[in-house]
Amino acid sequence: MSEHESVEALNAIRRRTLRKYVLASAVTMAVLVIAFFVALKTGPVFISFDKLIALLLGNGDTAEVHIIRNIRLPRILCCAIVGAALSVAGVAMQGLFRNPMASPSVLGVSSGAAFGAALAMGFGIGSIFGSYSVPMMAFVFCIITTFFVYFLARTGAGVSVTMLLLAGIAVGAFFNGLVSAIQYIVDDNVLPGIVYWLMGSFSSCGWNSFGLAILPILTGIAVIAFCANELNIISLGEEQAENLGVNVKMTRILLLIGTSLLVAGSVSISGIIGFVGLIIPHTFRMIVGPNHKILIPLSIIGGAAFMIFMDAVSRWIISPDELPIGILTALLGAPFFIYVMRTKRKYNMGGD
Amino acid sequence: MELRINGVSFAYHSADVLKNVSFEASSGEVIGILGKNGCGKTTLMKCINAHLSPYSGCVMVDNDVVSEIPRRELAKKMAIVAQSASLSFPFSVLETVLMGRYPNAEWFQNPTDHEMELVLDSMKATGIVDFAERSVSELSGGEKQRVLISRALVQDPKILLLDEPTLHLDINHQFGLMELIRKLSREKGLLVVIVTHDIALAARYCDRVIMIDKGTIVASGTASEVITKDNIRNVFDIDADISYDEKIKGLNVFMIGKS
Repeated sequence: MSEHESVEALNAIRRRTLRKYVLASAVTMAVLVIAFFVALKTGPVFISFDKLIALLLGNGDTAEVHIIRNIRLPRILCCAIVGAALSVAGVAMQGLFRNPMASPSVLGVSSGAAFGAALAMGFGIGSIFGSYSVPMMAFVFCIITTFFVYFLARTGAGVSVTMLLLAGIAVGAFFNGLVSAIQYIVDDNVLPGIVYWLMGSFSSCGWNSFGLAILPILTGIAVIAFCANELNIISLGEEQAENLGVNVKMTRILLLIGTSLLVAGSVSISGIIGFVGLIIPHTFRMIVGPNHKILIPLSIIGGAAFMIFMDAVSRWIISPDELPIGILTALLGAPFFIYVMRTKRKYNMGGD
Repeated sequence: MELRINGVSFAYHSADVLKNVSFEASSGEVIGILGKNGCGKTTLMKCINAHLSPYSGCVMVDNDVVSEIPRRELAKKMAIVAQSASLSFPFSVLETVLMGRYPNAEWFQNPTDHEMELVLDSMKATGIVDFAERSVSELSGGEKQRVLISRALVQDPKILLLDEPTLHLDINHQFGLMELIRKLSREKGLLVVIVTHDIALAARYCDRVIMIDKGTIVASGTASEVITKDNIRNVFDIDADISYDEKIKGLNVFMIGKS
């Protein structure tokens, strides 16, 4: 037996892969820390780097402590959890549907959430939720849309992925139409609020928003991370996954619940932010490969870093005004997507 | 381990694809299934593996109906190398083969030394150790096929279903695979069901051969009982010359051509 053909040689391959994962995580983590401090410093009130830590700990000028601890910090944390949530939702959907294009918007889930929010903002529907009416309505419609699309796609034999995507696109178009109709008929004084929300923004995010979104997002991430192994196998095809002993039906339902929690949690506080669920997963798949056990944690860290950084740019670029972050991510996302598409020969995104 | 196919009939829409198919097999046997395109061979495999449910009859492993065995339990007993399995995401060969341990692995547990030995053995047997680190999306059709066979062996099944396993393989690997399968069936008592178009290979390596035409079993028995001039003419509409060959101690099948 040659030295090459031994268990030790196979374990060495696994250790090399693990080292690559650790290195990628360390670099991404460093980027996250840098993004955090850059974002903390960015804003209309100038605060030097030296003072940031002290202010974070509550030492210093009361007004400055307030700015750091109650305005910038919660907003950054909101960016982090939303960035992580949208990225993980993208990872899960691309793996589940074996489709590089899949993201929450393709399944119509984002449009459903937008409709719920527009109902709340335009007509005050859902006022029983008080000041949480917009996020709660977004949340409720997110869940309703996910399961509506899922049941539409059910045939006698099971759920086909193609049917699911087509149903998602159709339901998404329907809800988009309804949102446009609401924009057309509502009073002029509430219209800008709806339009602004649809563009996506963290400008109104405080500790309240963080408290509202953290639970569904953590739950959603936990559910999806729990299925990482199954997601690896399902990404090769559902029939193969069943042959290898995966309970595909159960896993699919868990993943759909997980992604709707993530989408609902994030759109409810930041509106519709596109393309993050596409950019982040593809970037990391190019770097570390398709193994979800590493793709999910990296997407959490990288998605958080990306969103924090984008939000800082949106606050800085036309300062003292703010550019809605959805505009930025779309302007950056589309060229990136075209780049990935053009280099696809080198990078296998998945799909057949 | 006993595999029993009891009067299985299956229809996709209205036309029957399988009509009252029955046979039995037990540990250590290699069963070959022959038949024309569209005769129901792959459908039969999917019924055995509980992907399709027959409208009458059933498939049983020992005393359990396969469709009632939980997927994970079934995957410990039965592995399949399907005809059209895609490997679309660029996992490495080693990662792909390791997926075969899924039914036996605890949640997020690292493979044990014993499991890694199983992985190594199956990779050596199919000759893929040298490219363990390469991405499956870079492999040729035959190499991919060997990765899939290796993954099925890593499941450590009692029953192995192979749907045209030699399709993309060169002659060397065709014989390599068939020798491997015979060895596993003799030494470990593996029960193998092979769907194939290669009549010569089936004649040489299968303990029993079943010939299917239009969803019905038309002949069943040892290779020399089933692979006859008459049966080949009736099922495939081809003239063949069949003789016993001392050198290979088996049938020598020579296709003459359309009759």
